[in-house]
Amino acid sequence: MSLRDKLSEIKEKGLADIGQTDDLKALNEIRVHLLGKKGPITAALRGIKELTPEERPEVGSYANKIRDAITEAVAQHRDQLETIQLNKQLAAEKIDVTLPGKPVAQGQPHVIQQIIDQIVDLFLGMGYEVLTGPEVEEDKYNFEMMNLPKNHPARDMQDTFYLSKEILMRTQTSPMQARALEKHDFSKGPLKMISPGIVYRRDTDDPTHSHQFHQVEGLVIDEHITMADLKGTLITMAQNIFGDKFDIRLRPSYFPFTEPSVEVDVTCFNCMGKGCDVCKHTGWIEVLGAGMVHPNVLKMAGVDSDVYGGFAFGVGPDRFAMLKYGVDDIRDFYLNDVRFLNQFSKRGN
Amino acid sequence: MKVSYNWLKQYLDLNMPAKDLAEKIERTAVEVDSVTIAEDGLKKLVVGHILSMKKHPESDHLHICSVDVGEDEPLQIVCGAPNVDAGQKVIVALPNSRIGGNVKIKRSKMRGVESEGMICALDEIGFSKDVVPKEWADGIYVFDDDVPVGEPIYHYLGMDDPIIDLDVTPNRGDMLSIIGTVHDLAAIYDQKPEIKKPSVEEDQSLDANAEIKATADSGLAKAYKLRVVEGVKIAPSPTWLQITLWNAGIRPINNVVDVTNYILLKYGQPLHSFDKDKIDGDIVVRNAKKGEKLVTLDEDEHELSPDDMVIADNDQPIALAGVMGGFNTQIDDDTQNVVIESAIFDSFHIRKTAQRHVLHSEASQRFERGINPDGVEDALNEAVSMIKQLAGGKIAQGIVTASEYHPELPVISITAERANHVLGTSLKLEEIKRIFDRLEFPSVEHGDTLAVTVPARRWDIHIDADLFEEVARIYGYDNLPVTLPTGRQTIGVLTSTQRLQRASRQILEGIGLTQAISYSLTTDAKAKMFLMRDSEPTKLLWPMTQDHTTLRMNLVSGLLDDVAYNHAHKVDDVSLYETGRVFYKDSADQIRPEEVEHVAGVITGNLTDPAWNNHVKPADFYLMKGMVNQFIVNLGIKGEIAYSATDQYPEMHPGRTANISIHGHNVGFVGQIHPQIAKMFKIKETYAFELNMQALIDLPKNDDQYQPIAKYPSVKRDISMIVDSETTNDEIVAVMNKRGGAYLSAIRLFDVYEGENVPDGKKSMAYSLTYVNPRETLKDEVVNAAFEKIKKRLTADLNAEIR
Repeated sequence: MSLRDKLSEIKEKGLADIGQTDDLKALNEIRVHLLGKKGPITAALRGIKELTPEERPEVGSYANKIRDAITEAVAQHRDQLETIQLNKQLAAEKIDVTLPGKPVAQGQPHVIQQIIDQIVDLFLGMGYEVLTGPEVEEDKYNFEMMNLPKNHPARDMQDTFYLSKEILMRTQTSPMQARALEKHDFSKGPLKMISPGIVYRRDTDDPTHSHQFHQVEGLVIDEHITMADLKGTLITMAQNIFGDKFDIRLRPSYFPFTEPSVEVDVTCFNCMGKGCDVCKHTGWIEVLGAGMVHPNVLKMAGVDSDVYGGFAFGVGPDRFAMLKYGVDDIRDFYLNDVRFLNQFSKRGN
Repeated sequence: MKVSYNWLKQYLDLNMPAKDLAEKIERTAVEVDSVTIAEDGLKKLVVGHILSMKKHPESDHLHICSVDVGEDEPLQIVCGAPNVDAGQKVIVALPNSRIGGNVKIKRSKMRGVESEGMICALDEIGFSKDVVPKEWADGIYVFDDDVPVGEPIYHYLGMDDPIIDLDVTPNRGDMLSIIGTVHDLAAIYDQKPEIKKPSVEEDQSLDANAEIKATADSGLAKAYKLRVVEGVKIAPSPTWLQITLWNAGIRPINNVVDVTNYILLKYGQPLHSFDKDKIDGDIVVRNAKKGEKLVTLDEDEHELSPDDMVIADNDQPIALAGVMGGFNTQIDDDTQNVVIESAIFDSFHIRKTAQRHVLHSEASQRFERGINPDGVEDALNEAVSMIKQLAGGKIAQGIVTASEYHPELPVISITAERANHVLGTSLKLEEIKRIFDRLEFPSVEHGDTLAVTVPARRWDIHIDADLFEEVARIYGYDNLPVTLPTGRQTIGVLTSTQRLQRASRQILEGIGLTQAISYSLTTDAKAKMFLMRDSEPTKLLWPMTQDHTTLRMNLVSGLLDDVAYNHAHKVDDVSLYETGRVFYKDSADQIRPEEVEHVAGVITGNLTDPAWNNHVKPADFYLMKGMVNQFIVNLGIKGEIAYSATDQYPEMHPGRTANISIHGHNVGFVGQIHPQIAKMFKIKETYAFELNMQALIDLPKNDDQYQPIAKYPSVKRDISMIVDSETTNDEIVAVMNKRGGAYLSAIRLFDVYEGENVPDGKKSMAYSLTYVNPRETLKDEVVNAAFEKIKKRLTADLNAEIR
């Protein structure tokens, strides 16, 4: 048998062995055996010296081809075996994907905070600044500068927590109107502000009353601000917070610090305007008070009411949250039952 | 004010459904509380004629009546009313009818006798007991004779009249009257109602001013007028008047009192009637004297204060002016001569008196909001004319006037430009003038301006803005354009403080705490807990309840209330945070407290729910500390955060509480709630932190620059040692940091152990140290030398046994 035939025979047998192996370890042994220094190819090539110098390169190169073919075959077969093994492993690793995931700790904002943030973000986008003020307020800012002089019927001692004759827990965020007006430099531009915060009333807590609740005051003062601007602003707010389908209506009302004053209703959440028990069959629900800032308020804060004017509004986030989510007891907001707090959407709307 | 639709129709041409009228009033004038039609919900109630009546054989109070209800055969109805009698025309609820309270009436047997329906009292068909005349209070109602038998009852009791209940704002006192409401609706619907001025037929033989004299301080009563009617005969009012009153929620009394109430409704002018013969001498309007008492018409006795305003005769008070009359001079069945009073009392006095005596009457409500000065005399005149008509008698000549008020009518000039500037409309001056024409406000054009005279009945209008409101509401808020403010641009951004506050909430939520909002007003005891600095409590002058008397000086106690509420409702796992103000005072004399932003958190139980793959451990000190530490780190405050054991808080566990400082500034504490405090709050083992948020806001922050990551590999060395139990982690770490050499970059404690294989009073601590040289690859020799030095110093300084 010629050396070439011998090599061919080694190749055939080798490839057959490789093909039959179903074990990666055995495959490696085959590779090491065939291609190693003590392997049959090396052994066969010892007989190369018997050949003529002309034949030697040809056989040598043939031997290299065989080596390459075997290497290639081993690699191919290894890939196959590895795929099989991986599939086996994957099959063995199968789990019940319906088992619950590992609990992750996640807190969330209070529902009233969510409403406040939503209002704040909306008005930031419209160029308003956010101002906050003291919760313990002077009578002067809370009442007098809001056009509520000492004997005014609307400032009943009964409704206010006083600390002294002149110091009280603010009953509204409106004092921030007076504070902002006093400070603002109109030569630098208009005053556009909202002021969220806690307010206090001397009320007995029940499902619809709380001695502590929230308000967001809004105020825009410039040389030419109209009631139509107020209407547009309120529609924007209502639709942003409640949804595009909601409409508003303005009704005449009375606040000492605005003239004209309006009360603002939005489409009833329950019946979407058709009329139901919730809205007393009117299709509307009252949500906030607003109006054109009373000239006296501007004058008392040192602003020229002949040149400047504008609108103000006051929103109750507690009431918004109650309406939006159907919460029927305002006290739930302040008891902080975690089962209550965790129900509200975490999406930030 | 309950307004009768039928009454309005006497002046105005209105034919829309009452609901639509109410909606129009809401959008244009004042709020509407409700629209009700008394007959709604009632069924098969007819006028019956009791043909005959006999006693029930089995009862001493029941009667068996044979009642004609307009059908072929009379019905047999058993009736227990004490006033039932043959010949009466009565309210009959037929079989299968529905009466008040949604009650169905069926054929039934009463003590063995069949009853085909029911004869009804007024309160049984839905009348409030407050408005049922005394005459019919204890029995069935009896109609006038001319009511047709078999007809539905509703029309004959005014129950078919829609009643619109107006919720009048403080500025619209004019709407507390039919005439005022008619004026406004006339403007809204552009109609011209005819409102007649009353005429009086005086008797020349009697002179009012000779009969009685009156004096009044004009500071108490701007206007005070009396008329005298002599020789009246007191009787029930005619049915139409009674219906008018009960539909307005007022109980009919007798023909004189009912007239005064009718005039009150019509004009908004409260009147009072005195029995002239019970007045001793003359009448004076004055302040009450100390010690004076008055029994009012409701038979309650009131101790009077000098702040109260009274009507008095020579001897004693006879009425609480403008609030309620006195029992001593009231009209009774024998009254013959009456004095009728029409006045404008000072609203402030009335309000205070009504509050002090808790007497909020139809009269006081109107005086508080104001009275039309133009109506005082008209109301008085119409009242005496009606009394004469209904009760007979002679009207004495003249009006007794103690004070008189005819204010000058304000004239306000406006321009179309200014009105449009405020409202955003584009109205022409003629259009604006048209609106004032509709309102019956006289106005005169002078070039671009319109001079508007405000009639006396609209005493709420003083300035141009008030007129713009009139223009806006009559023009219609629905017709206003919808725009957004334009003009100079402004930038809407949060301040850095506001951004930090928002970020701090997000950080705390990210580490698993849910935001709570608790009450700022708490008890004195809770306000004083967990005090981070010396402070006096801030107390309310007149708290509403004992639970909310004092402003909080900490947030943790409020959160503990929240935990307690959760525990009481079987929720064991609670993790909450709160941001908000605490209120500090340096001394008890200081009235206004300093308001400081704080942030606090609590955890009790498990942070996450235990599950098949989540073997949780209940919250402990180190979980709370880890959270608060991560919070401070995330805020990026410059300087080292240090924790030092403290027992300064009596409400905290003395061995498990640390003060927290940043760069040497104390900012708050973290620890376990003292078990006794936990017991007091009825809560389980709870951990808490509280930080001065304002301090965190004010402290300097790290520059926004990054540290390059070292390019060369780091080398790790672990060290395990046995030290005294009392030795703290801080002490060990301090030695390592001091002696660790230039390349020690991190120290991580990975094991703490006490127990088996460690001697008593000792503990085993194991740390992993990381060395790195940012400029070149560290050589083993360098690390080994540094590591050996640490070992040596730990042994020398802390008596550590290195293992």
